[in-house]
Amino acid sequence: MQQETPRLKLTWSLVNVLVLIYAFVPVIWIISLSLKDSATLNDGKFLPVSPSWESYSQIFGNPDFTRALINSIGICLIATFVAIVFGTMAAYAIARLDFPGKRTIVAMSLLISMFPQIALVTPLFKIETTLGIFDTWLGLIIPYITFALPLAIYTLSAFFREIPWELEKAAKMDGATPYQAFRQVITPLAMPGVFTTAILVFIGCWNDFLFAISLTSTSASRTVPAAMSYFTGATTFEKPTGPIAAAAVVITIPIVIFVLLFQRRIVAGLTSGAVKG
Amino acid sequence: MSNAGEAAAADIIDETEDPRNSGPGRGSDADEGTEIARKRFSEGKRAERNLGIKLVAPAVILMVAVTAYPIVYAVWLSLNRADLRTPDANEFVGLENYVTVLSSPIWWQAFGVTMLITVVSTFFELIFGMLLAIVMHRTIVGRGLVRTSALVPYAIVTVVAAFSWRFAWTQDLGWLAGDSAPLTGKWSSIAIIILAEVWKTVPFMALLLMAGLALVPEDLHKAAAMDGGSAWQRFWQITVPLIKPSILVALLFRTLDAFRIFDNIFVLTGGSNDTASVSMLGYNNLIKGLNLGIGSTMAVLIFLTIAIIAAIFIKVFGAAAPGNDDGGRR
Repeated sequence: MQQETPRLKLTWSLVNVLVLIYAFVPVIWIISLSLKDSATLNDGKFLPVSPSWESYSQIFGNPDFTRALINSIGICLIATFVAIVFGTMAAYAIARLDFPGKRTIVAMSLLISMFPQIALVTPLFKIETTLGIFDTWLGLIIPYITFALPLAIYTLSAFFREIPWELEKAAKMDGATPYQAFRQVITPLAMPGVFTTAILVFIGCWNDFLFAISLTSTSASRTVPAAMSYFTGATTFEKPTGPIAAAAVVITIPIVIFVLLFQRRIVAGLTSGAVKG
Repeated sequence: MSNAGEAAAADIIDETEDPRNSGPGRGSDADEGTEIARKRFSEGKRAERNLGIKLVAPAVILMVAVTAYPIVYAVWLSLNRADLRTPDANEFVGLENYVTVLSSPIWWQAFGVTMLITVVSTFFELIFGMLLAIVMHRTIVGRGLVRTSALVPYAIVTVVAAFSWRFAWTQDLGWLAGDSAPLTGKWSSIAIIILAEVWKTVPFMALLLMAGLALVPEDLHKAAAMDGGSAWQRFWQITVPLIKPSILVALLFRTLDAFRIFDNIFVLTGGSNDTASVSMLGYNNLIKGLNLGIGSTMAVLIFLTIAIIAAIFIKVFGAAAPGNDDGGRR
């Protein structure tokens, strides 16, 4: 429909540049801020005049930050793993098997994905202090899994529906039990979808802030986004700009790498659950 | 359920019509075959049902335990005076907490701010999301590059982005602020909160809309273009009606999500200058004030508001929630 004239290409290139500016300017700004040394930190310039690693050596020398980084990685990996295992099982059942209450489960997970998390903070805070899991890894992993499950179930069941149904039938004809058919035929075919979902779930956990500040009270289980808001500067009112910017960059890097490597899959995963067809 | 039953019945018929069953004496063989198939079917059916229940059980139990039970508990707490600072004064007070919250100007102030942010940011997200979706869908150069970079705001931690905006608008420090200090005034703060929210969520909106755009048949556009329809007319008369379901789902998701806004406000203003959202207010009452009764009352009210918004979308606009089709076999 459109002819690829040089002029048209130029127009689109300019539009693309606008998109790049939109996406990257705030990111470049925080990177540049993290590289400014204390003398030029407040110069208000977009790019650092004399780049230095000062802020980075500062945060990696701060046990609160390194601990938070370990917490973030550990909690998010465990939550993602469990959510994917449970989600895969549930999504397979929803996509492939017939059993009572299926609609209710789909409706329920939809409800949970729209749930205001703040409504859970109060009761979870009370329950977790009673059970003694407040301010522990487990205390964050449990709500993370819960809120990851609806996303995992949607995305995965969309992927499962793409897998040819006949393969499983053939496996059953050859004498496989439904469990064997699931484990040995469907699971390997579903791995790309499972992997994509894992990325989305991980990004979701990595991003959480509300649970991280509400259900923790010490650096024992505080994740990086929460720890960042507790970094203290010279006065309690003043925030230590450099270290916060450096911490921000550190937790952004893994996510940007995921996005660069798996762009196509992430797009497929985000849109699969949303559009019927 | 009935769909699956029909599908199964169709399977049985298929079996009897199998070419191997044709030929002389087919009638009685077919009857026997049906009988065996039915028996096998009901056994298989039971096994399938058991497996299905076993497979969903862990996910369902966890989701119910972590959400359903606490929300019931929150409703109960909201009917009690439950202040951790005065544990001895705890008692059942009925709707007293609701009266306190609903007659408090602070609550309505936060409610108004949240509504304003929700409506304005969702509006801009729809416009910019649509533009971005069209660019990602139609661009003829560097499509992969555009799609990859558009994912960056989606993937970045909200708190990180919020700090970036906060520092950018901080007096002297920020490249956008110069000599002004916009985060110290109410309206300029709200504008920046909306900017941060829109920046972060436009890609998500765009991806949902792009998935809709992919379903619009190119032939329709070609035909309309031949009939002299301008790009603008084609957009409103072909694209928009066809992707209306995607638009409604995206709007529903974003509205509900925007109403829960917390991270951006927490980092950008901390709720000062009357910029607190209802989630901020609930958090302050719970974690800072340790007043579980009032905090829970706010939680229940937020939950109800979200339920009402969702109901309006589904009933009035007819937005079909994703996954609403029973997810059965094709």
